[in-house]
Amino acid sequence: MALGPDRKGETYVKTTTEPIQIIKNRRGLFHINLKELWFYREMLLFLTWKEITIRYRQTLLGALWAVIQPLFLSIIFTVIFGNIVSISSVDVPYLLFTYVGLILWTYFSNTLTYASMSLVSNANILSKAYFPRILLPLSVCLVGLLDYAIAVILIFVFMIYFNIPPTPWLVFMMVPLFLTFLLAAGIGFFLSAICVKYRDVRYATPFLIQMLFFVSPIFYPVHISEGWFGKVLLFNPLTGIMNAQRACIIDHTTIDWLSLFTATCITLILFIGGVLYFSRYDREFADVI
Amino acid sequence: MPLIEVKNLSKLYVIGRKQQYHRLTESITMLMSHPVRTIGMATAKKPTIWALKNVSFNVNRGEVVGIIGANGAGKSTLLKILTQITYPTEGEVRLRGRAGALLEVGTGFHPELTGRENIYQNGALLGMKKREIDKKFDEIVRFSEMEKFIDTPVKRYSSGMYVRLGFAVAAHLESDILIVDEVLAVGDARFQKKCLRKMKDVSEGGRTVLFVSHDLTSIKRLCSRTILLKDGRLISDGDTEKVIFDYGGDIKDTTLKRDWKDHGEAPQNGSAVLLGVRICNENGEDLTELTTDTPFGIEIRYLVKQEQVHPGLSLTLHDTWHYPIFNTFNNHEPKWYGRTSPPGIYRSICMVPGKLLNSGWFSISVRLMGKEHSDSRLVPEVLKLEILDGPLVRGDYTGDYHGVLRPQLEWITRKKE
Repeated sequence: MALGPDRKGETYVKTTTEPIQIIKNRRGLFHINLKELWFYREMLLFLTWKEITIRYRQTLLGALWAVIQPLFLSIIFTVIFGNIVSISSVDVPYLLFTYVGLILWTYFSNTLTYASMSLVSNANILSKAYFPRILLPLSVCLVGLLDYAIAVILIFVFMIYFNIPPTPWLVFMMVPLFLTFLLAAGIGFFLSAICVKYRDVRYATPFLIQMLFFVSPIFYPVHISEGWFGKVLLFNPLTGIMNAQRACIIDHTTIDWLSLFTATCITLILFIGGVLYFSRYDREFADVI
Repeated sequence: MPLIEVKNLSKLYVIGRKQQYHRLTESITMLMSHPVRTIGMATAKKPTIWALKNVSFNVNRGEVVGIIGANGAGKSTLLKILTQITYPTEGEVRLRGRAGALLEVGTGFHPELTGRENIYQNGALLGMKKREIDKKFDEIVRFSEMEKFIDTPVKRYSSGMYVRLGFAVAAHLESDILIVDEVLAVGDARFQKKCLRKMKDVSEGGRTVLFVSHDLTSIKRLCSRTILLKDGRLISDGDTEKVIFDYGGDIKDTTLKRDWKDHGEAPQNGSAVLLGVRICNENGEDLTELTTDTPFGIEIRYLVKQEQVHPGLSLTLHDTWHYPIFNTFNNHEPKWYGRTSPPGIYRSICMVPGKLLNSGWFSISVRLMGKEHSDSRLVPEVLKLEILDGPLVRGDYTGDYHGVLRPQLEWITRKKE
């Protein structure tokens, strides 16, 4: 079907038949449209880019904050726990030990905080335009990766300073990071979807994060905790992830395959569960928010 | 093959649910203190409302369809379903093509981002690819007339600038269906016209436009076909003039010209038949735009039916709430007043000076009079006009004027001592 010429003299000719899109009340539980997600991939990048731009606009130090936060915290931990309260069982420089744990933790906790609020704080575009809603929490998970990448640079500085030779295992640092990404995204999907209806999430999330901080091996190694606390630690997927992360950087022989396996399983369950839960309710967001 | 097929579309809303999120603790305490009642409440029927009920229509490629109806008639719900922001409870929509929505101009504009950045961000939100936006970027900027401010954060924009940029992005979207909701309610008259022209171009380029507005004049200018919704139901669908007539006398509608072709149906009294009434300038030419500064004439054409009658005329100008503002008679024309007028066609023009009325909506009623007091015929609200804001009386004052009049009066100030 040939249609009228536009202003440039081109002609819109529709030769192929457009795919028919049917909008109706979906029945059944889960709907994940991967094709549509692929179509909107550029929007995911735009949302990520926007979030980064906004976070660092009108700041003096900009992305340097990604390093400052974990660095100063690990210095504080080194002062307190490395000197006053002795956590002696660490045979690597304690500063490096906590810093590796902290940058992963910073990524996880920041992502979770922003992701849980991502739908509510974007209510205006949610109720005025269509796009796969999952892009909002997902973009937040990508934003943190930039901070992480910047913070990682300091690890190499530490490695030179403390004279730790790099090994090919360094490449596998990506694996624990990817697991953290999945974990934060999975929980973020849950929390953001719940937050649309119950704003309690706003208060519950910081609390949840605080508790997780203490049951994650950030400023202490896993093996000092025996007994029931050790068992609790094993169920926290961050335990296996942080352990693996340190092993890749400092000494690959210390990797605990069992805890990594457990962490991977729990992470995958939480991620898939988060995606399913989110996609179960995402069509109602605009009506409820 | 229709581009949009809407079949028995219905949407049920639970009243009070929107904008009212729940508190988990409340739910739990309710459950603790009144377990039976809470469960009963959860299963009991909550008050609901059908925002749309069994709406069906088809739209073909290249059609420009207006959607009108009072507030709460279901216009926005319909658009939200068409753009997939929300889902129908029953029925379905079949779309053959990509729908670009413009539910609110500047949606997703972030105040910290510059105009340039927001164009990309807004385009992405409307489903445009970066390459597409790159290609259209200059055209968008030119259309919005924002060249100078394109790298300024939009938080420093005026609301008019905001609207211009927002409209420009959406109008340049290469979608098959352009959905426009009430965007023209804001922005100055000149830009509104530009937007209407753009939408016309869009439809002539083969794209389909759905245009929701309260402004019936714009609907008339743009849409050949209109759909009328009332209480969630489709009341009327067809030729715009007819549907607007069904809609009844909404005030925000302009009629600057009325003609009665059939003398039998034309308003008349014992002396004369009304042939037409219109707004014109001093030279008797049609006027299409009125501002607070422009003088305008109200021309009445009438046919004197027989010998030995002396018809009289009267006009009343009403404001938008139907209150009369002034009433005027043709009793100061010595050549005609109180004398008999031979049969024939006459044309009387009543000049309303400029710098008199305030901006807003007005209507005009005409009264035909005869020799006897009883021989008079009132034609209510023959014309409806919108007076736009003009610059002359306003001077450098930028605020609102109160009242229905905005006369330019003389001020005299003298220094005493």
